[in-house]
Amino acid sequence: MSLDVAAIRKDFPIFNRTVRDGKKLIYLDSGATSQKPNSVIEAEGDFYRFHNAAVHRGAHQLAEEATDAYEGARAKVASFLGAREEEIVFTKGATESLNLIAYAMGNAPASSRFALTAKDRIVVTEMEHHANLIPWQQLAARTGAQLSWFEVLPNGRLDLNSINTVITENTKVVALTHQSNVLGTINPLDAIVARAHEVGAFVVLDACQSVPHMPIVVETLGVDFLVFSGHKAIGPTGVGVLWSSVLEDLPPFLFGGSMIENVTMESATWAPAPKRFEAGVPNMAQAVGLGAAIDYLNKVGMDKIHQHEKQLTKYFLERLQKVPTLKIIGPTDLELRGSCISFTVGQIHPHDLGQYLDSQGVAVRTGHHCAWPLTRKLGVPATTRASLYLYNQEEDCDLLVDAIVNAQKYFA
Amino acid sequence: MMELDSLYQEVILDHYKHPLNKGLSEKYGVQVHHINPSCGDEITLNLSVEGGIIKSITWDGVGCSISQASVSIVSDLLLNKTLEQAASITNDFVELMHSKGTKEGDPAILEDAVALAGVSKFPARIKCALLGWMAFKDAAVRIKQLNESENRGSN
Repeated sequence: MSLDVAAIRKDFPIFNRTVRDGKKLIYLDSGATSQKPNSVIEAEGDFYRFHNAAVHRGAHQLAEEATDAYEGARAKVASFLGAREEEIVFTKGATESLNLIAYAMGNAPASSRFALTAKDRIVVTEMEHHANLIPWQQLAARTGAQLSWFEVLPNGRLDLNSINTVITENTKVVALTHQSNVLGTINPLDAIVARAHEVGAFVVLDACQSVPHMPIVVETLGVDFLVFSGHKAIGPTGVGVLWSSVLEDLPPFLFGGSMIENVTMESATWAPAPKRFEAGVPNMAQAVGLGAAIDYLNKVGMDKIHQHEKQLTKYFLERLQKVPTLKIIGPTDLELRGSCISFTVGQIHPHDLGQYLDSQGVAVRTGHHCAWPLTRKLGVPATTRASLYLYNQEEDCDLLVDAIVNAQKYFA
Repeated sequence: MMELDSLYQEVILDHYKHPLNKGLSEKYGVQVHHINPSCGDEITLNLSVEGGIIKSITWDGVGCSISQASVSIVSDLLLNKTLEQAASITNDFVELMHSKGTKEGDPAILEDAVALAGVSKFPARIKCALLGWMAFKDAAVRIKQLNESENRGSN
C-alpha cells in the first residue's frame, strides 16, 4: 500500500504557495525542519484560543483543560514510542534534551550511578550532529572524563570492529545518533547497546532523524535515553522529547517552579519524573501541537511512511547517481539507510548549487549540516542535502535532477 | 533567473574561475585564518604593509564562488592603498552588503566589488561575500598592533 501523497499534500498549506517568482515549491529540507499540516497549526492555535492557562496549578476550568491537553499530549508521545507516560519529558527541543542528560549527569553526586570522574570515559561517534557532540565534550571538560569516539568508514558506516576498545570497562555513556542527518546512515544498535550495558554504560540515542520516519518502540531498541524534536516530526518548533527508563535516579538540570516536592529557605527536594525535569510553565501549546502531529502520523501510519520514504529514497539514489560528476556522500545501498541524501556535484560549491536550486523553487540544505567533524573526516568541506518526508514524491526528484543539470550548465 | 544573474555576474564568475593573488606568499607581515561557521568555508590571508601602504595580499582557501570571488577582488582592489584608504573602502563595501539591494556601490571606489551588490538581496550569502573582507580587516588591525609594539620596542 502506497501513500496517497496528493491527499497528504492538501493537508499541508505551505504547498499552496509558490517561491521565487511563481515557482512551485519543491521542499527537500525536512531533515532541517518539516512542514506542518493544518491540524497541527490549528491545535496550537486552538490551545491559545480556547484553553490557555498555566498547567498543573490554577484552580479553574481553563487550568484543568490546559492540564488535560498537555498531559494528553504526553500520553500520545508515550504511546507513539511504546513507552510509559512518566518516562516522557517535554523539553524545548532535542538539543535541550541532550544538554539535560549531560548536565544532569554532571550534577549527580559522587554516590550516584550517573556521576562521572576523570577515570571515566564518554563515547560518541564521528557522525554526530553538534548537538550530540558538544554537550559531551563539555561534560568531559567539566569532569575530566575522557572523550572517545567510533570512527566513520569511507562507506559512511561506523567502524564497529573497534567496539571493545572504544567502549571500555570505564565507559559511562555512549551517545550516538540513530540516523545520520548528513549521510542517511542508520546505525545498528544491538552490538553497541550490548557492549555498553556489559560495561555498565548508559546509551543515549539521538533519534531526531529516525522517530519522524519509522516506527519506533523504545523497549526493543534497548537504549536508556532517546531524544527527538517535535518540529522534525510535523510538530511545532519549541518542543522536544526526552524519553528515558532511568529518570527515577537522575538529578534535575533546570531548577524552579513545578519541579519541586518541598521548598524551604535553605533547600528543596524534587518532584518525581517527569515533572522534576520540567521547571517553569512548560511549552503547553507546542506540546499539544506535537500531540496533534502524532495523531496525524498515526492516522497515515508510520509503517507506510517508512515504506514510502524507502521507495522514494531508492528512486532518488538511482536518478541522482546517473547525473555526471554527482557523488553520493553516504551509503548507496538501501539497507539501514534513511531518506537524507547528501551529495556533491563536480566542482560546483554546494552554496552555489543550493542558490541555483532555490532559483528553481527547489529547497535543499547546503553546508556541513552541523556535523563539521564528519564532513572534515570525509574530506568534503560541504555537501548539498536533499531530505525527504511523507509529502515528497517522485516528481520532486525529477525537478531536482533537472535543476542540477541546469546548474551544471550555468556554472560551466 | 534575473535575480540569480544579478547575484552571479560575469565579473564574479571570472574572479571565481581565475582568482587573483591565490596562493600564499612566503613572506608576510601577518597571516590570518577566517572561517564561515554557517557553511564551513575557510580562508587564510597574508598581508604585507610597508610605510602604511599595502604591498601584498595573498590568500588561499575553499569556498563558494561568492566568497572566492570576493577575496580575489579584495586582494587586487586594496593593493597599493594606504591602510586608511583600505579601511574606508571596506566600510563602503560592508555598507553595500547591508543595503538589501537599495544601493549599487560607487564603481570609482569599489571597482569590481560593485558586481557583488546583488548579494545584498540574498541574506544567506552576505557572510560569503564578507569573508575575505573581514579577514583583511582583521589582518589590518593586527599589522597595526604589530607595528605599534615594534615601534614601542625600538624606543
